[in-house]
Amino acid sequence: MATYTIFVNGSSKTVNADPDTPLLWVLRDELGLVGTKYGCGIAQCGACTVHLDGAAMRSCVLPISTISDQKVITIEGLDSENSHPLQEAWREHDVPQCGYCQAGQIMNAAALLKENKNPSDDAIDEAMRGNICRCATYPRIKKAIKTAADKL
Amino acid sequence: MTPSINKSRRNFIKVSAAAGGGMLIGINFLNCAPDKIPVEVMKAIPKEWFEFDSYIKIGETGLVTIFSANPEIGQNIKTSMPMIVAEELDVDWKDVVVEQAPLNTEWYTRQVAGGSQSIRQGWTTLRRAGALARKMLVDTAADQWQSESADCYVEKGIVKHKDGRELSYGELASQASQRETPDPESVPLKKSSDFSIIGKSKRNVDMEGILSGEPLFGLDYKREGMIYATAMRPPAFGQILKDYDDTETKKINGVLDVIKFGDKIAVLAENTWAAMKGKRVLKANYTQEGKAEDSEYHSKTLRDHLEKKSDEPLRVDGNVDKAFAEADEIFEKTYEAPFLPHACMEPMNFFAHVTDEKVDMVGPIQTPAWTQSRIANLLERDAEDITIQMTRMGGGFGRRLYGDFALEAAEISHLSKKPIKLVFSREDDMLAGTYRPASAYKFKVGIKNSEVTAYHLTEAFFNGSMFGQMHSNFPCGAIENYRVDSHNIPSNVTTGAWRAPYANFLAYAEQAFLDELATRLNKDAVALRLELFDKAKNNPVGEPHNYEVDKFVGVIKLAAEKSNWGNAPDGVYQGFSAYYSHNTYVAEVAEVVVKEKVPTIQKVICAVDCGIVINPKAALNQIEGGIIDGIGHALYGDFNFVAGQTQSTNYHQYRLIRMPESPEIEVHFVESKNDPTGLGEPTLPPAGGALANALAAATGERYYSQPFVKINDVLG
Ligand code: FES
Ligand code: FES
Repeated sequence: MATYTIFVNGSSKTVNADPDTPLLWVLRDELGLVGTKYGCGIAQCGACTVHLDGAAMRSCVLPISTISDQKVITIEGLDSENSHPLQEAWREHDVPQCGYCQAGQIMNAAALLKENKNPSDDAIDEAMRGNICRCATYPRIKKAIKTAADKL
Repeated sequence: MTPSINKSRRNFIKVSAAAGGGMLIGINFLNCAPDKIPVEVMKAIPKEWFEFDSYIKIGETGLVTIFSANPEIGQNIKTSMPMIVAEELDVDWKDVVVEQAPLNTEWYTRQVAGGSQSIRQGWTTLRRAGALARKMLVDTAADQWQSESADCYVEKGIVKHKDGRELSYGELASQASQRETPDPESVPLKKSSDFSIIGKSKRNVDMEGILSGEPLFGLDYKREGMIYATAMRPPAFGQILKDYDDTETKKINGVLDVIKFGDKIAVLAENTWAAMKGKRVLKANYTQEGKAEDSEYHSKTLRDHLEKKSDEPLRVDGNVDKAFAEADEIFEKTYEAPFLPHACMEPMNFFAHVTDEKVDMVGPIQTPAWTQSRIANLLERDAEDITIQMTRMGGGFGRRLYGDFALEAAEISHLSKKPIKLVFSREDDMLAGTYRPASAYKFKVGIKNSEVTAYHLTEAFFNGSMFGQMHSNFPCGAIENYRVDSHNIPSNVTTGAWRAPYANFLAYAEQAFLDELATRLNKDAVALRLELFDKAKNNPVGEPHNYEVDKFVGVIKLAAEKSNWGNAPDGVYQGFSAYYSHNTYVAEVAEVVVKEKVPTIQKVICAVDCGIVINPKAALNQIEGGIIDGIGHALYGDFNFVAGQTQSTNYHQYRLIRMPESPEIEVHFVESKNDPTGLGEPTLPPAGGALANALAAATGERYYSQPFVKINDVLG
């Protein structure tokens, strides 16, 4: 066990954890931030996507010992009013089915829109390839990303 | 809705959970920190709730809580079912808060998510629940006014007298809830032309929680003092536990205990990671007791059975053998599909706290009542001691019909005497499935004078055979000599229902076969079907068949029209498929283009007859999902066993369809005033066939086995 101080959603948090504990489980079990989901644990599904200094990362494969002072943003901290253009677009298109993958989808899409304000269909496909939606809400996710991009 | 209303609605939901009381006790883990609630919203929160029936309670402010009794697995019934209640209750949807009801077999019938039956079977009950409460409110107002109910009407939760007097549901609730419940049969229901909520899209009631990462799912559930558990199960079917060594496990930081139960070993820990890590270093030895089955054995066994007739055919019209002997030509094809895991995004999990007094269970489950009785048996407890709260489910697809994970959780809590949450890793989830059984179908037809005179379907299936009236599906009734044989072959692989059971592959095989048969007969694929339907309508053969010709033809013609069937632009290849399952009629046209020599599916046009559409946008979501799911598994669903052990352990070895491979979906509903049927499953079965038929049109190649793309083609 070691003590780590990490910066999550704008505040610093101190946790005790084994160095190899993935950020995912620190967020979920220690910090009660359960919006970030576990799907595979091996960076194959995207359910656990968070932002690390603004980049989309799979938190299931990020040991807590490697985070240091990088800024972590989770779905809970994406927008203080839950009114990020993507969240608004998600409401408009009524995207979720079961909803389990959606936080990861939104976090991944948010990183895409930061890089590319007007992504083409192919660019969206490419960026979102790593996020599985078992309910297959892909057509809506894509539409919602475009709607959000239009508003940026 | 404007964002500001969104926010206040979100807060309403939170507050209502926080306000608790009565049926709400215990469900307030829905993250309802009271300090987040703005004061102005508090005013609308009732001080008191008045219960009308098990579905409705109304507060003195007029806020209405509607309980959603059935489990939510993403089919959106938590929104659609309360919409039906709200319609007959005549309230404004924005004044409705929806709560998930716990299991209560006295209050609710069929608290199950399965078979696409929630809406169909709930329809009348839910309408009555709304209409009864409405009547009690109207009668109360009429009494207060010393008038007749017939002189009153309701607008958005306000009872109005024709002379202009008004009383709101909030003002009436206390008195109205005391009234004797009228005879349900005596309460009239609305005409469908008067619907104002049903048929209008309403957003998912859990949207805010999903968008903000609130703890909605079983895996998110936490209880004071709870610890985490993982379980190691025999790695292969047919094996039993011999011995184990937990020395390394116990050295892991955070591991609290290791407990054997049956052939399984539970690792208890302070957090999920320690429980997973502890299991990873656990050493166990197993002995092979049962048969070590592998995929080659499965395939050979299925195919061997297809060569035999079953002792008891499921249906016989005329005499296929005689017709085959007299035929000009015999046309025969065989189709095969593997076992499939459900691969729900949220792995199996369950919370259990077993004490001497009670058994407290919380988690994602499609069959709470059945699970309750099985836990009662397992722990030798009264069913009344066992409470089950249902969380939102991160997908089900049939997997969460089987409460094995809940039973395991109950047993671990019982043995450890602790509140525990059992968590499956993705690997556990893939290795301890209740898989869609592998199956194979042989279709054999006799052709004479270019007409189909005989049709013989043989099914080979592990741990099951087609049920109900499936053997009397199309083209039964249209062919003089018709026979269905079925072989139910035992396997020690645990199997179960998988989205659209049986139909999910039978439809594929049948629709791919009919397409090839049409080509063989030099007929258009749609024209051949219509010809057969004509016979089934005007001159049906044998006992009644299991479909309504007019509805079936209705979706086929609609899909053909909307897809411009037969007149696709150059370079676009179409494939047709139509299937009836779960009381819903569906026809689909897939469109394939060839990009740089690679055939790619770009669009599916779909026609659906599901009766009245409750919540159109949500219905479309189900349809889109079902079709893409069907296409994804036809393309990629590869899952193999070697010596009883599954070869895919995680998503890197089990390919699911992803965004780049997903086609655009265009949906057309048949306008209908008929009672609604389900949508969670029926658009999946025809999808693979539509794709296969379009691929055949594009490339000439026919696919007789699923998946079309093997995992080794991808992994090398
Ligand atoms: S849980 Fe991290 S990518 Fe799947
Ligand atoms: S909405 Fe269910 S996994 Fe994406």
